[in-house]
Amino acid sequence: MSISIEHVSKHFGKFQALTDINLEVGSGELVALLGPSGSGKTTLLRIIAGLETANAGVVRYQDLDMTHSRPQERQIGFVFQHYALFRHMTVFENVAFGMRIRKTPNVEVAKRVKELLHLVRLEGLEKRYPAQLSGGQRQRVALARALGVQPRVLLLDEPFGALDAKVRAELRQWLRQLHDQMHVTTIFVTHDQEEAFEVADKVVVMQGGKIEQLGTPQEVFDHPANAFVMDFLGNVNVFHGRMQSGKVHLPGFEMAYPEYDHDVAQTATAYVRPHEVDLDRVAPNGAAMQVKVLQVHPAGSVAKVRVQSEEFGMALNIELSLDRYSELRPKQGEFLFASPRKVRVFKPADDYVI
Amino acid sequence: MHTSRAVGHKPGTTGHGSHTEPAWVRWLLISCAIAVISILVIIPVVNVFYQALANGFDTYRHQLLDDAETRHAIWLTLTVVPVAVVLNTIFGVAVAWAVTRFQFPGRTILIAFIDLPFAISPVVVGLMIMLMFGRLGIWGPTLEHWGIKIVFAYPGLVLATTFVTLPFVARELIPVMEALGADEETAAVSLGANGWQMFWRITLPNIRLGLLYGVILCNARAMGEFGAVRVVSGGISGETDTMPLRVEKLFQEYELPESFAVASVLTLLALVTLIAKTLLEHQTQQQLARADDEQAET
Repeated sequence: MSISIEHVSKHFGKFQALTDINLEVGSGELVALLGPSGSGKTTLLRIIAGLETANAGVVRYQDLDMTHSRPQERQIGFVFQHYALFRHMTVFENVAFGMRIRKTPNVEVAKRVKELLHLVRLEGLEKRYPAQLSGGQRQRVALARALGVQPRVLLLDEPFGALDAKVRAELRQWLRQLHDQMHVTTIFVTHDQEEAFEVADKVVVMQGGKIEQLGTPQEVFDHPANAFVMDFLGNVNVFHGRMQSGKVHLPGFEMAYPEYDHDVAQTATAYVRPHEVDLDRVAPNGAAMQVKVLQVHPAGSVAKVRVQSEEFGMALNIELSLDRYSELRPKQGEFLFASPRKVRVFKPADDYVI
Repeated sequence: MHTSRAVGHKPGTTGHGSHTEPAWVRWLLISCAIAVISILVIIPVVNVFYQALANGFDTYRHQLLDDAETRHAIWLTLTVVPVAVVLNTIFGVAVAWAVTRFQFPGRTILIAFIDLPFAISPVVVGLMIMLMFGRLGIWGPTLEHWGIKIVFAYPGLVLATTFVTLPFVARELIPVMEALGADEETAAVSLGANGWQMFWRITLPNIRLGLLYGVILCNARAMGEFGAVRVVSGGISGETDTMPLRVEKLFQEYELPESFAVASVLTLLALVTLIAKTLLEHQTQQQLARADDEQAET
């Protein structure tokens, strides 16, 4: 089932949580709402679920206006950040809760709970209480419980936030597989860009109650719409310079920037990702700056090198592939040439400051 | 009971912990405590039973049951108290719910007002009821016109008892519901439960021990209530005398054995309440310890 959010706004007292949000989620899509805390992503999820009411705007399920429907009427599955399992009920009764409310016959409840526990790989734990389960198991009970009502939409609020890194990575892949089996429209909230990129078909980047960018993980990562998205989706090196007459002048190099063709100079900020900087012993033909190697960390999947430009008084973080690293073998204190392969300059209208 | 659990789990505060004080200080403190408890509590309580049963159990039974007015007092207490307890249970759950689940202007003031009956002298409570519902009170003439009797009658006794014991259930539930949070309730709603289903299936099972504890305390206090009831009852023997009032009346009339007999019944009810409360606390502790153990195992 598809979901449309049209001009939705929400405030809590004086705090504006959401401002004029528009969003389409296609049937069977898996969408991530990604943003820092306070960006309004959870509020948006709760409005879709009916746990919160929008002050303005419309929420549609398919073509039906559900803006003022109560959660009971929406047939949703909601997975809470801290699971919110019923502590006085066994795993079985937790999963069965939604069916019991719907007066499903006992025989069918037993059959469906069994299927669901098989699906979330928790067979044999029916009689346990939530307090007797590990974090990952609780998370899966919460998911089975949400799926028990045969939801038309599955909504997950920071589903893996409280788990340790390894369990989180496992559950993430498992959620993706589960979605591919069931094709239920799914929206989940996360502040972890890696999680969003790994699991989702579509990523919605939010900040300050607004949607900053919407697209496939690839689109968003390769073509960030503005400085905020660029910064939020990974490490960046920041260059401060100025722009004038279609050119940007930055420390060590300059580049064409036709978007700004005024004669009046204006400050410009450029962003370069650590893995998009080359390091070399001989000065390359293009733009480059001489830098001194401060630190080298070859451990991990990439070699991290921190360098300093004495001329411009700025430090850069650079990530080299391990192949390139073993070829170059930069040493601490050595002078090298750094040349950015890809520089992104955002218009000053995006008055975002890092 | 929830705070006592937290303290119990803290190392060093269990009594087996530090022994830095010299032995004589410890023994002095322990003896003082035992002496005070004995003189003020244990000996008088035992004495009540001793006096009541001094002439044998048969006499005791006659003293209690032969007098119609005493029988009526026992009956009255047993009919007034449950009504007050039920009213306060409903009120307590509603207030605890409102205060812990909603933000509204005046919330803090409401919490402060819940405690007011604890602070006001019961005699003043009685007077307040007289000034509202009594013959010369604000609503007195209207009530008289409709032929409704509140003071010097059963409704007045219920009103006074309810007022005095108002805070017990609410006070007990507010911290419990605050600690529980609304997460499970929201989850129930998201799974399709309506308000009643959410309350009966999720909230009530989670707060049941705290609720029971509040009800027991409320019950104990309601049975013993004297001051407020004394004022609104008008002291009509065989009509508006509850057990505590009857004890006082018999005592004033120098019918000491009878007075002790009724007093012993009241004390017995209090002891039963105390035992119920202790058992409940014990059970709660065990349940929590079990949950902790199970968590530690996994």
